[in-house]
Amino acid sequence: MFYYQGFKTMTWGKSLWAIILIKLFIMFVILKVFFFPDILQKEFDSDAERSNYVLEQITNSNTK
Amino acid sequence: MIESIDTSLIDWSRAQFALTAMFHWIFVPLTLGLSFIIAFMETIYVRTGNEEWKRITRFWMKIFGINFAIGVSTGIILEFEFGTNWSNYSWFVGDIFGAPLAIEGIMAFFMESTFIAVMFFGWNKVSKRFHLASTWLTAIGANLSAVWILVANAWMQNPVGTMFNPETARNEMTNFWDVFLSDMAVNKFLHTITSSFLLASLVVIGISAYFLLRNKHVLFAKRSTVVGSVFGVIAALVTIFTGDTSARMVAQKQPMKFAAMEALYEGQTHAPLVVIGAMRTDTTRIPNPRENFIFKFEIPNALSYMVFLTPSGFVPGITDLVYGNEEQGIMPYSEKIDRGAEAIATLKDLKKAKDRGDQARYASLMAKFDNNEWMGEHYAHFGYGYYKNRPLKELIPNVKLNFYSFHIMVILGMHFLILTVIALYLSLKNKWGNHKWLLWVALLTIPLPWVASQAGWVLAEVGRQPWVVYELMPTISAVTRLSPGAVQLTFWIFLATFTTLFIAEIKIMTTQIKKGPEEK
Repeated sequence: MFYYQGFKTMTWGKSLWAIILIKLFIMFVILKVFFFPDILQKEFDSDAERSNYVLEQITNSNTK
Repeated sequence: MIESIDTSLIDWSRAQFALTAMFHWIFVPLTLGLSFIIAFMETIYVRTGNEEWKRITRFWMKIFGINFAIGVSTGIILEFEFGTNWSNYSWFVGDIFGAPLAIEGIMAFFMESTFIAVMFFGWNKVSKRFHLASTWLTAIGANLSAVWILVANAWMQNPVGTMFNPETARNEMTNFWDVFLSDMAVNKFLHTITSSFLLASLVVIGISAYFLLRNKHVLFAKRSTVVGSVFGVIAALVTIFTGDTSARMVAQKQPMKFAAMEALYEGQTHAPLVVIGAMRTDTTRIPNPRENFIFKFEIPNALSYMVFLTPSGFVPGITDLVYGNEEQGIMPYSEKIDRGAEAIATLKDLKKAKDRGDQARYASLMAKFDNNEWMGEHYAHFGYGYYKNRPLKELIPNVKLNFYSFHIMVILGMHFLILTVIALYLSLKNKWGNHKWLLWVALLTIPLPWVASQAGWVLAEVGRQPWVVYELMPTISAVTRLSPGAVQLTFWIFLATFTTLFIAEIKIMTTQIKKGPEEK
């Protein structure tokens, strides 16, 4: 109710909401979907596989 | 077999995280501090019934709203990065990060989004007291939601209350209260929150000075300055006190960070505190020539006194920490590296034994991880094992950056205390505004608390390097093996997006400030 009436009477705040919506679109629809997958969730089906992978990684790390 | 990681991947991943964290931190401290200042202003309005205080509250609420709207959910990007760029780290820290961040998300959503609607849209629609309660609950909710991420960060600085599970490669919480109420967590929360209150106070005093310089909205500006300066003096004193406690804690828990922030290479008793100084270019060599400074001004004994509350306390330098100091009982890094390497090798053998179904070998290796003595002697140095056959200087954080970050923060902190005390004193005598130069100082000070606050975070995070989780997980093992090009691409996307948002914030905010408070 507050939101509905508030939005109706809003003046300069409308541009703020436009910024919020554009920002959320960029973050969740573009960045999250195309650039920021959760690697371990995406690549592996179970926690056991994820543990196995991370153990492999942290016991075989070094830099060039 | 040793898998290699391109160091440019680490550098770009760190740069990307630093960019998003620092951008997020432009908005957060103002939200935290201004929410309470608004609550105090509205409390005065409700108690006195004076409409001028309602006008004052509504103006600062507008500034709060702009900042909140542009900054809201920029922190979510950090969580995206945990899953994509720092997947080993995300897995390794387990529920230590997951639980606090989940609580933060729920609290932030329910408390802030519910009460913020009443706060902005509820004027004249709900009772004065209900509106005031909503303003206070928004402030409390915003500040409480910051608790959790700060607790998680404190754990990264000083991992306590957890146990490493070698089967899952995860740290498991053994005692929630040890994590939540660790000395590091409590101090970090108080220091961060009060420094944010100080930042918001200086913004209120600075913008009010702008109105006084233009001789507009004078009563509004003077009253705002009174609230801002009372809030500012208290916040400055608590920030300095918690900063002092924090430095002592760093000296005990993270001696390398402490040595780096003072650029102390050779440990000593009666160690002096560098008040101000300029460093020479090469600060990474160890042993380092004694003359690291082009010039410096020191207070004799002050560093030893700061840490031990006695001038005779020995403050270890970078050389003592790297090469050890038998007399002071400091273990050399070479020994820590050997012990850490053994812990890594044991974990690797454990995995191999499990993979080939060698139960006897597996049980004997698991027994080591169940043995507190072995864990204290070897696993406690796990991260050092990655530096076997690596140059020791990789275990030293960037000395120059730490030194300057620390000193910029402290010097600016003193400036803020002096300014808020003068503003309060002159406001109470109704003389604030008589000296134009002071108003200019207040106005020009507006960006400085951000500089100090960001410098504080640079010190906290860069000073912890090379560790992501202190002494357990270095950056090189925390990072996800992505292509450096992919990380670079997202870095530039963020930079473009954030710059646009920042420009929008400045533009909208300056427009609204120029308009000033609503007419009576």
